[in-house]
Amino acid sequence: MEVSNPCYSVLTNLEVMESLRGIKDTKKKYGLRNLATITYETLQFLEETPCKNQTREGISSFINEVKAFKLTKTECLAIVNDPPTLPLHIQLLIEDSEERLTEDQVNQLLAIIAKHLITNE
Amino acid sequence: MFVLAELKDTIRIAPEQFHLKLSEAVRDEINRKLANKVLLNVGLCIALKDIVKLGDSIILPGDGASHTEVIFRYIVFRPTVGDVITGKIRSCSREGVHITLGFFDDILIPPTALQHPSRFEEAEQAWVWEYPLENGEGHDLFMDIGEPIKFRVSREIFEESSPIGPPDQAESASTSASQTTADVKTPYRIIAAINESGLGVLSWWESHGQEENGEDDGNEEDVEEVEMDTETV
Repeated sequence: MEVSNPCYSVLTNLEVMESLRGIKDTKKKYGLRNLATITYETLQFLEETPCKNQTREGISSFINEVKAFKLTKTECLAIVNDPPTLPLHIQLLIEDSEERLTEDQVNQLLAIIAKHLITNE
Repeated sequence: MFVLAELKDTIRIAPEQFHLKLSEAVRDEINRKLANKVLLNVGLCIALKDIVKLGDSIILPGDGASHTEVIFRYIVFRPTVGDVITGKIRSCSREGVHITLGFFDDILIPPTALQHPSRFEEAEQAWVWEYPLENGEGHDLFMDIGEPIKFRVSREIFEESSPIGPPDQAESASTSASQTTADVKTPYRIIAAINESGLGVLSWWESHGQEENGEDDGNEEDVEEVEMDTETV
């Protein structure tokens, strides 16, 4: 085994969930018990997170709409994976948020998040 | 939280799998080898995402199997330091709070990284955050098993777990000892922290948010939040 790149790219929880569902649907008749265990457990976890209701379109429109806030890629990913609902959570995910965002902007951001990432609860 | 890792390996396909398409057989073989295993300095392997390149298959003298060099990408659980993740409390002990994500259990919040001041309640076997009230008294917030909790990843520890030698060295005492050391050695552990406002059991912060929203939306919310911050810091 050779590791050519331990972090080729990052994945959103939604992408992971989609691939795992694909694997679960093409059920294999023999062996692969480890795969079955980990897909089952990971899906269980993901289906309790907000990514269950997210869509690819929702995420891309979210990315487009928050361009104005000048967030880094990692921050966007963190928001997509664990969408904040309180201004306090924004503080956690965005470094120096007090300096980079005004109170109004934080509220706008929360509204955009609620619209695209936390749909039909 | 999840990343794609690009890996390269030579996969052996046994003759009994020759009736399958090569790509299918290789997929199965890779998943059999890696799924639910920790790869040193890579992370916890979940499932194969795609095959990037299938090399030429070769056969070796004396072996009926074919060997194929494959470059592929694998879905790996590897949170970066600084990530915020929501999990559930698995148990509390003197060492700190253990958290589970369902598929990954080796997450520990050491006592020093809990909200300050916290104490361990022996009778309840739970950690308690002594939330300071304005009148100088404290309000106990318990960290019960099963509660959802938000934490920040502060450190990751990979450990090489070499194969354990033959277990039977006559004495049962020594075997039990070697077993316990084997148990302790986990290949991939995450050390987490919750000593920031907003982190910790979700209900600690949600109740505040709801109360405020109920009263009046807008500025008041922020004012109270700021007050709380100064208290906890």
